[in-house]
Amino acid sequence: MLEARNLWKNYGDTVVLERLNLSVAEGEFVTLVGASGCGKSTFLKLLLGTETASRGSLLLDGVPIASEPGPDRGIVFQQYSVFPHMTVLENLVAVRGFQQARLTGYLSGNARRAAEKEARQLLDQVGLGNACQRYPHELSGGMRQRLAIAQALLGKPRILLLDEPFGALDPGTRTDMHQLVLSLWREHRLTVFMVTHDLKEGFFLGTRLWVFDKVRHDPQAPAAFGASITYDLSVGDACPATCEQINDEIWPRPALVAV
Amino acid sequence: MKRFINQTPSASSQLLYGLLPFLLLLVLYMVGSEARLELNPHDKLLPSFSQMADAIERMAFEPSRRTGEYLFWQDTLSSLTRLGLGVLIAAVVGLVLGLATGALPMVAAPLSPLLTVLSLVPPLALLPVLFIVFGLGEVSKVALIAIGITPFIARDIQRRTQEIPMEPLVKAQTLGASTGQILLRVLLPQMMPRLIDAVRLSLGAGWLFLIAAEAVASTDGLGYRIFLVRRYMSMDVILPYVAWITLLAFVFDYLLVRLNQRLYPWNEQGAH
Repeated sequence: MLEARNLWKNYGDTVVLERLNLSVAEGEFVTLVGASGCGKSTFLKLLLGTETASRGSLLLDGVPIASEPGPDRGIVFQQYSVFPHMTVLENLVAVRGFQQARLTGYLSGNARRAAEKEARQLLDQVGLGNACQRYPHELSGGMRQRLAIAQALLGKPRILLLDEPFGALDPGTRTDMHQLVLSLWREHRLTVFMVTHDLKEGFFLGTRLWVFDKVRHDPQAPAAFGASITYDLSVGDACPATCEQINDEIWPRPALVAV
Repeated sequence: MKRFINQTPSASSQLLYGLLPFLLLLVLYMVGSEARLELNPHDKLLPSFSQMADAIERMAFEPSRRTGEYLFWQDTLSSLTRLGLGVLIAAVVGLVLGLATGALPMVAAPLSPLLTVLSLVPPLALLPVLFIVFGLGEVSKVALIAIGITPFIARDIQRRTQEIPMEPLVKAQTLGASTGQILLRVLLPQMMPRLIDAVRLSLGAGWLFLIAAEAVASTDGLGYRIFLVRRYMSMDVILPYVAWITLLAFVFDYLLVRLNQRLYPWNEQGAH
C-alpha cells in the first residue's frame, strides 16, 4: 500500500533522510524508533504531508502522497492534539461538521443529534463517557490523548500516524493506552505508524519495527549524511538480544533505555 | 529575617496596603484645599469636596439654563456613544485583518507590511485630515478612535493567531476541514478572548483619542466639557469629570475581564 523509492529529505545542506526504500502492506503496525534528530519525525511529516520529499518518491497506492494533510491520514501528536476551546463532546461532533462541505461546519437538527450519539458511543469505548462536557485543560494527559485518538478515528483514516503520543504519560497510563491503541487498530483495520522514543514500546507494541540511524558518518561534516532505516524487523521474530543490541547502537553508553 | 524578595503581605494587610495610597492622596488634597481656601475663599485651584458636589449637582441634576439638558448625563452619553462606536469598529476590523493576516500567508504577504507602516502613523496627526474629510461632526471623532486603535488590535490578533500551535490546524485538516472551517471553527473562537484582552488594552488609547477629538471640535462630551470650563478655571467641574472618566474606564475594564471569564471558561492560564 505504501512505498518509498530512493527517498531523500534535506534542509539546505543538512541531509536528514537518505536512500529510503521500503514498502508497507495494509494493516501493518509500524513503530519508528531512533535517537533524537534521526529523521523519524521527518519521515512521519512526509507521510502527513506537512513536508515534501527532496528526492525520490513516496507513494500511497502507487500515487505520490498528497503534499498537504488530508482525511486519509489521521494524526495524534504528543500534545496540542485536540481543540482547547471545545468540550470533549464538541471535539468529536466538530469532526462530522468538518466532513460537510459547508463553510461554517456547524451541524444542526438531526445531523447534530446523530453526530452526538455516535460521539458518545466512541467516548464510552475509549473510557471518556463521563467527561463529555469537560474542556481539554480539565483532563489528565492520558484522557486528553484518548480524546485525540478518538477524534482521529472518527475521521475514518486509512493510515493513523502517532507522533510520540504517549511520551508525556506516566508508565501505568502508557500501558492502558497501549491496550487501547491495539484494540482500536484491530477493530478498525488501520495501518499505523508510531514514532516513539521508547525502544521497548516499539519492540512489543506493533508488528514491525524500523530503527532510524546514520549508516555513514563524516566527522568533519556531521550534516553531510542522513539517516536511513538500519533495522527493519518483524516484531514477532525479534529476540531480546537484538533489542539490546539496537539499544546500544542508537543510544551509546550510558544506555538511556533499560530493557 | 527572610530576604525582602521572599516577604509577602498577609491577605488583610494587602487590602490595607492597597487602600493606603488612596487615603493618603485624599487627605493630602483635603489639607491643601483647606489651607488655600482659608487664605482665599474664592480660590479656584483646589476646590473643597462640597464645592465639587455642588458643581456636580448643578451639572447632573439641574437642567441647563441654556439648552434644558442635563449636561453631565448628556456629555456622558455622547462620549460613550463615540467611544463605543469607535472601539466596536476597530474590534471588528482588527479581528478580521488580524485573523486573515495571521492565518493566511497569501493575505499576509500584501497586507502585513502595510499594516506595520500604518500602525506607526501617529493617529492624532491625522485628526486635521479627518476633520477636513469628514467634517467636524460625529464621523470624524469616531473615525479617529477607530483608526487609532485598529492597527494595534489587528497586529495583536495577528501575532496571537500565529502563536497558535500548528498541531490543531494540521489535525483539523486530517479531519477534513477546509480553510474556511479552520478559520471559523478553530482559529476564530480561540481569538475571541484575545480580542477582548486587546480591546481592554486599547481602551486607554481610545479615551485619549476621544478626549483629544472632543477638545478640538465638539459641542458636547466629557472631553469637550473639561476643556470648555478650563476657561473659567472651574476645577470644581474638571476634577469630578476626570474622576468620573476614570471610574468609567475602571468599570469597563472590570466588565470585560468578567465577560471573558464568563464566555470563555476554557481560556485559563496555560490551558491547551
